[in-house]
Amino acid sequence: MAKIVGGIVTSHVPAIGRAIAGGLQEDAYWKPFFDGFPPVQKWLDEVKPDVAVVIYNDHGLNFFLDKMPTFSVGAAESYSNADEGWGIPTLPAFPGNLDLSWHLIESLVDKEFDITTCQEMLVDHAFTLPMKLLWPNAGEAWPVRTVPVCINTVQHPLPSAKRCFKLGQAIGEAVRGWDDDARVVIIGTGGLSHQLDGERAGFINKDFDLKFMDSLVTDPAWATQYSVEDLVDFTGTQGIELLMWIAARAAMGSVDQVKKLHSNYHIPISNTAAGLMLFENVE
Amino acid sequence: MADTKQRRVIPGTPIFDGEAARKGYALNKMCYSFNSAANRAEFVKDEDAYCRKYGLNAEQSAAIAKRNVLDLIAAGGNAYYLAKFAGIFGLDMQDIGAQQTGMTKEAFKAKLLEAGK
Repeated sequence: MAKIVGGIVTSHVPAIGRAIAGGLQEDAYWKPFFDGFPPVQKWLDEVKPDVAVVIYNDHGLNFFLDKMPTFSVGAAESYSNADEGWGIPTLPAFPGNLDLSWHLIESLVDKEFDITTCQEMLVDHAFTLPMKLLWPNAGEAWPVRTVPVCINTVQHPLPSAKRCFKLGQAIGEAVRGWDDDARVVIIGTGGLSHQLDGERAGFINKDFDLKFMDSLVTDPAWATQYSVEDLVDFTGTQGIELLMWIAARAAMGSVDQVKKLHSNYHIPISNTAAGLMLFENVE
Repeated sequence: MADTKQRRVIPGTPIFDGEAARKGYALNKMCYSFNSAANRAEFVKDEDAYCRKYGLNAEQSAAIAKRNVLDLIAAGGNAYYLAKFAGIFGLDMQDIGAQQTGMTKEAFKAKLLEAGK
């Protein structure tokens, strides 16, 4: 059976793409953010996962309001990046893993998650930039195959934190039940607190973010006590992307199944509080 | 149809819900089209014609002409699609944040730094 080797949760903003393209990793503004990643890159080099399940939110590259699925799962041979409107360089396409995609789709529907399946799927900066941060030297050939899982954070009503946690648990169970010897890493990208729109633009909540990050170690279901409105109140209109972290952490397993190896937290990158956590699954 | 649902209000925090999605569809569809460089160029060449092509109403066209983010949101715009509109002018998220909060960009950036302390 397949094995979950660990999980990584991180923030994503388009400006990271510009910083990478401009070689600004050592720049004073960016350094505290990029310096969080080498321990994670080293861990990936050692553990060498074969497949990454990437839980992210699309920002209007693959999905528009004409069709807005709450949960969607990729089932493509490969996933391309494309122009998102700001001219950040696109990254090479990501190879898919059709066997895991369809196993995941069958398992999730069996567990009563009415997902949307995508045999064609463009992946935006929320998917591509974390991959580039984790494997900066991948060049044209990514070292893992991928299965994208997208959660709607564009149009309310959004799925609740509780529902996203359950989705994550179901993803974890499906991966562990996959008849394959693959080593799988779970990746969740989004958050942490930030707000782009309205008179409260620029809102950041360090206290909540740190409490939330701690909860993923000690009590991963902690945030599920809150409604989406509560979480928007605490973390901002786009801070709600922490739903990806909740789902990814739930997929990794219980408190006893994972060990936190590394974390980083830095304010700000662009308008965003950037968090990063690495968990390893223990036997 | 009157919407009698009680909505929670978080000051200064627009929630892009069904009501906004209905109101802003044409505007957001136009902004979504800016994923394509050819469409961005077409918009720049003749903004009014491009707004008409997407069927924007008077409120939406006026907000586009003014580049006013709060007006665009009031007209049903969604932050993620509006970001593509802002990208045409090379505006980043601090420019957008400064405009909405009535601050200079420097003051807005200072506010973000302060949040980290």
